Amino acid sequence: MATSKSTKFIFRNLKSTKFLISRSINHKSSLTNSLFPRHLLHTISLPPLLNQTKPSVAYSGWFQAVYGGRRSHTATSFSDYVDQLCTEAPLQQELNFPGGKVKFTPKRIFTPGSNEERINCYRVLNENGEVIVDSDSLKISKELAVKMYTNMVTLQVMDTIFYEAQRQGRVSFYLTTIGEEAINIASAAALSDNDFIFPQYREPGVLLWRGFTLQEFANQLFGNKYDQGKGRQMPIHYGSKKHNYVTVSSTVATQIPHAVGAAYSMKMQKQDSCTITYFGDGGSSTGDFHAGLNFAAVMEVPVIFFCRNNGWAISTPISDQLRGDGIVVRGNAYGIPSIRVDGNDALAVYSAVYEARKLAIEKQTPVLIEALTYRAGHHSTSDDSTKYRPVDEIEWWREDQNPVKRFRKWIENEGWWSDQVESEHRSSIRKQLSHAIQAAERVEKPPVADMFNDVYDVPPKNLNEQELLLRENIKKHARDYPSNAAV
Amino acid sequence: MATNLNKFKRIGSMMFTCNHLRRLSSSPASSGVLASADAQGKSINLYTAINQALHIALDSDPRSYIFGEDVGFGGVFRCTTGLADQFGKHRVFNTPLCEQGIVGFAIGLAAMGNRAIAEIQFADYIFPAFDQIVNEAAKFRYRSGNEFNCGGLTIRAPYGAVGHGALYHSQSPEAFFCHVPGLKVVIPRSPKEAKGLLLSSIRDPNPVIFFEPKGLYRLAVEEVPEGDYTLPLSEAEVIREGSDITLVGWGAQLTTMEQACVDAEKEGISCELIDLKTLLPWDKETVEASVRKTGRLLISHEAPVTGGFGAEISASIVERCFLRLEAPVARVCGLDTPFPHVFEPFYMPTKNKILDAIKETVNF
Repeated sequence: MATSKSTKFIFRNLKSTKFLISRSINHKSSLTNSLFPRHLLHTISLPPLLNQTKPSVAYSGWFQAVYGGRRSHTATSFSDYVDQLCTEAPLQQELNFPGGKVKFTPKRIFTPGSNEERINCYRVLNENGEVIVDSDSLKISKELAVKMYTNMVTLQVMDTIFYEAQRQGRVSFYLTTIGEEAINIASAAALSDNDFIFPQYREPGVLLWRGFTLQEFANQLFGNKYDQGKGRQMPIHYGSKKHNYVTVSSTVATQIPHAVGAAYSMKMQKQDSCTITYFGDGGSSTGDFHAGLNFAAVMEVPVIFFCRNNGWAISTPISDQLRGDGIVVRGNAYGIPSIRVDGNDALAVYSAVYEARKLAIEKQTPVLIEALTYRAGHHSTSDDSTKYRPVDEIEWWREDQNPVKRFRKWIENEGWWSDQVESEHRSSIRKQLSHAIQAAERVEKPPVADMFNDVYDVPPKNLNEQELLLRENIKKHARDYPSNAAV
Repeated sequence: MATNLNKFKRIGSMMFTCNHLRRLSSSPASSGVLASADAQGKSINLYTAINQALHIALDSDPRSYIFGEDVGFGGVFRCTTGLADQFGKHRVFNTPLCEQGIVGFAIGLAAMGNRAIAEIQFADYIFPAFDQIVNEAAKFRYRSGNEFNCGGLTIRAPYGAVGHGALYHSQSPEAFFCHVPGLKVVIPRSPKEAKGLLLSSIRDPNPVIFFEPKGLYRLAVEEVPEGDYTLPLSEAEVIREGSDITLVGWGAQLTTMEQACVDAEKEGISCELIDLKTLLPWDKETVEASVRKTGRLLISHEAPVTGGFGAEISASIVERCFLRLEAPVARVCGLDTPFPHVFEPFYMPTKNKILDAIKETVNF
């Protein structure tokens, strides 16, 4: 080990591009003429690289890669950098590392894994539906409030009726948003129609808000010929170009980096819009989540990461999913402004998303929102959540923390809603849904040609051949095939 | 509306019929073609057989671990039911939702001399772990000059059609992994096979990907020995003897192929049916011997035909049996589209598609 290297020697080496050595100084240095105070040096460890007499090609290449690029630092050249380091570091007890100046400390202190106090959760409406005094909430007009509430109720009724249709065997699968109605509707209400949505699969309310009709929802569930997805995907995999709602995929969190790339496009095109991507607490464990946040921060793009932390990824509780203080704290690690919000408070969700959007577009920055809530329904119709969580717990969240009820108390207190309007609305939606289901069921499936279309922009020869063979087979063995798809 | 309801239900009822046949054909009460020979023990379904194998793996090696998404409460297909209660949450546990993490973690665990049994919830979701499987697990031994290996690694993943799984709950991705030297790829056809092959996979000193036919989890029932037993890897099995044509398949597709064999027999065509069981490294000799006898070969799998593992079998047999072949090798497979929801009955390599191909090949 280089226990007797002088500072001079070190800096000479630095100038000969042996840069990495400068990042750490010998722990047992016996420097007498050091530019660094000894108590500082003592805290710094020595990397194995100091053993090398010649800088490795790889490292000098690394240096150029880092410093030859656009990364900003105060020095304009390497020699400036070294000079700066020589003069500034001892005075300020800090070093201009790649990525910026860092102060030294003689204290061997580890940062805590998590803070004792959890990050607070932004809330506007208390559980009685009253606005909390001094809350930073935006004024919401009667018209907007009533529209938000009616959409939340529509989403609730939609879930009830479609869930029932699955139970009757009329559709093969369904997945509810129960407990997350405020997240769905209030976040949608705070966005502009030209903002692009990259959903997970528990945000149909955003599409509802944008005008996707109950009939269109039903058509997708039945996979009939009016389904935009042409019957190819499972139920609840909605998508609509008209509504800037990018089609749902069953895969988890894969949409997160897409939202970042799309936001980069908006930045480049100087559009007055942003993207928003939704995902759950489970999704925050994926590689795509981390890649997406990091890319967004580095590319400085207008994207809102909206995490619906509902506590459950199918049967996996949050305690098996992550440690530390949830999702919100990760924003800071990536350099992304972040907020935690009460996901069962529609006014808080609305205000948070509204401000996040403004921030994202004006500052061209990603924003992370963690909405705390509870998945009050089963994961899907393939799941029975009472197998892994207490019924009482589910009931408590469903009843006592119900976001729709809370919002209703508020609009009632404002004098904007009544029992009568409520029952009329529910009854009307039920009728519309019943009609939509019957109509969707009557419509035939997409034509067989749609199985082969859209694999590519135009079907290549192998698919043309396979389609011909299939048509011959259908003629020959008609009974093998469903009769409700046009051949 | 009633008429249309019936139309819709037709898809469902057809699937039921198909599944019903599957249950019969793999049950010892049926012709027994698909059931393993010498079956003794309780009649159980496939997921219970998997559960038994996992139980034995945990019981027989204190350094074996089982983990994956939702594994703790028994898994979404119930394969790990009761294991966490019996063996503790340190050996059977939930992981965060991250397939690359699951496999990467499993490789590290295996590299330290443990048996790491990782579950990927659906084979459709294995792709985030592709780098860990292809570049890490498969090459761990080779790149280190055998200084290190992760042979204790087994990755279980349910694969294949279920009638309503669409793009992301139906895929058969076995061919991707058959292109990777260093991996073994195993697919069982029935409960007894599943138990014996899974235990072999877990104990094999190489990383193994074990694809489970999820359509058969509940439907395939047969007598399975209650104790600990293994079945050899890389050994195919002739499960139906015949003289006119050789059919090769694996997993759930064998049930459909067997029905085609039965129908062909009624028309005087004698089919030999081979369960490949291990796709990598595969048992060419058994297939070659059969084709030398019959002079004809048909391969069937659910995965898209182009680049499917059928292509590899076809090429290898043409290399070895060119002069003996009396007809082109036939492939009856999934079509070259993503796996579509309402079009599933059109996509699938059905019994009649296979039967037609058998007749065309025999009458070539």
